[in-house]
Amino acid sequence: MNPLAAVFFRDMRIAVRVGGGALMGVLFFLAVITLVPFAIGPDLALLRRIGPAILWLGALLASLLALDRLFAGDHEDGSLDLILLGRAPLELVVIAKALAHWVTTGLPLVIASPVLGLFLNLEPLAIAAVMLTLLVGTPALTFIGLVGAALAVMLRRGGLLLPVLVLPLAIPVLIFGVSAADAAIVGPVPFGTPLAILCALTLISLVVGPVAAAAALRQGSE
Amino acid sequence: MTLGPHADFIIVAYGMAAIVVGALIAWVLFDYGAQKRLLADLEARGIGRRGSETKPTADTRSA
Amino acid sequence: MNTQTSAQALAWIDLANPTRFLTLVERVLPWLVAACVGTFAVGLVQAFFAPDDYQQGATVKIMFIHVPSAWLAMFCWGLMSVAALGTLVWRHPLADVAAKVAAPIGAGFTFLCLITGSLWGRPMWGTYWVWDARLTSVLVLFLMYLGLIALWRTVEDPSRAGRAAAILTLVGAINLPIIKFSVDWWNTLHQPASVFRLGGPTIDASILAPLLWMALAFTLLFLTLHLAAMRNEILRRRVRTLRLMQAHAARGA
Repeated sequence: MNPLAAVFFRDMRIAVRVGGGALMGVLFFLAVITLVPFAIGPDLALLRRIGPAILWLGALLASLLALDRLFAGDHEDGSLDLILLGRAPLELVVIAKALAHWVTTGLPLVIASPVLGLFLNLEPLAIAAVMLTLLVGTPALTFIGLVGAALAVMLRRGGLLLPVLVLPLAIPVLIFGVSAADAAIVGPVPFGTPLAILCALTLISLVVGPVAAAAALRQGSE
Repeated sequence: MTLGPHADFIIVAYGMAAIVVGALIAWVLFDYGAQKRLLADLEARGIGRRGSETKPTADTRSA
Repeated sequence: MNTQTSAQALAWIDLANPTRFLTLVERVLPWLVAACVGTFAVGLVQAFFAPDDYQQGATVKIMFIHVPSAWLAMFCWGLMSVAALGTLVWRHPLADVAAKVAAPIGAGFTFLCLITGSLWGRPMWGTYWVWDARLTSVLVLFLMYLGLIALWRTVEDPSRAGRAAAILTLVGAINLPIIKFSVDWWNTLHQPASVFRLGGPTIDASILAPLLWMALAFTLLFLTLHLAAMRNEILRRRVRTLRLMQAHAARGA
């Protein structure tokens, strides 16, 4: 089997096992969305207006917190060293791991968003818009987060450092994700423009993320 | 010359600049003194850069 | 070890020797400090006598600190990016020293930019904080500085920290234009009707001159602080090396 496919399926299998943490992201997403009305109040009109933003914020935070799962497990049991020594290009292996991570962490967020959208009193059009933008944008969050995760591998007591490093880099994704969702609902701006920019951000992160993460992993192992 | 109705803000802004710049200068000066003192202390204990007790280390290594 | 620094030997590769670099710094620093004090004197006098802006009155004087601080915040990240390339690509020994000490200085000027922007905003826009494109971008930049400083302080070994920080700096550099673009977009979507123009359609020479002098003064200040801090960091690493040698010897190796 192609080594990249092997890494991909291995990571997916580990993620869904007990202790793999795949669905923890969704639980956290649910927890955050549930917290918001307690903080803001049950005003349905207000929740509907800020719904897309809350969903995006919850997805962003859930993605950030799940990131240390990317490399930490492999670092602990030594398979990271095997990957570094292997013949497959490190950047491609990193992409395979990131894709597996997105499928097990990001995609569940996308699938969960309609249900959570109902909690925030969103209309079907709004829910669809948010789902689409999350589908396009969560890969960007994963690939941007790759860099932080690779840097954090070197640190034993990284703690909250990883989200702190990744947050400023993820702000553009958040801006355009919410902008696109809002544009579909009320927008003076046509939906296509921010969505296209969001796609561009994802594509850029697809390149920059793995390259930087691979460089960081190599530096960390020296 | 008058600084206009918002004089307070202008003064506080320049004051903050003085504080931040002063803090940076103080940090640099204080750190210099501290490192010099530590080096002198280590020197006095006989641990020179050519290491009288231990093997010498190339001084171009920065770590 | 070379005890003499010949006048011609100022190639970058010679500067790689920390001892030679220290000698250079000792020679250059007094001149830099003098130039710094001089330009600040000129700049502050010019700022004091600058005319009031037709729109903002005397508060335009805050701009003489706010704009140079913003420029330095950007310049510093650019400097750290070049240093990052020096670490990763050319393995210049002093590159990560330069990068490490630049971060707190850059963070300081970013902070000053935010504070002065806020104090400028209160009389102009009526509130201490306003989410305009410029202030917001600088806030994000400030967060990035703090994250970078946190990374430097989390890894004990200076050269490993240097490599990690170099990668983060470069990724941040790539992201800075993206962030600026995003914040501009976001701000135009949400901005209230009034648009704030800086000093009218063009900046009059009587305001431009003090601004340029202050920008020069602040830049010289930055370079002075940076070189002095690099000197301190080299000394700090010497202390560390000596202590490691001492501990090694104490173990009776």
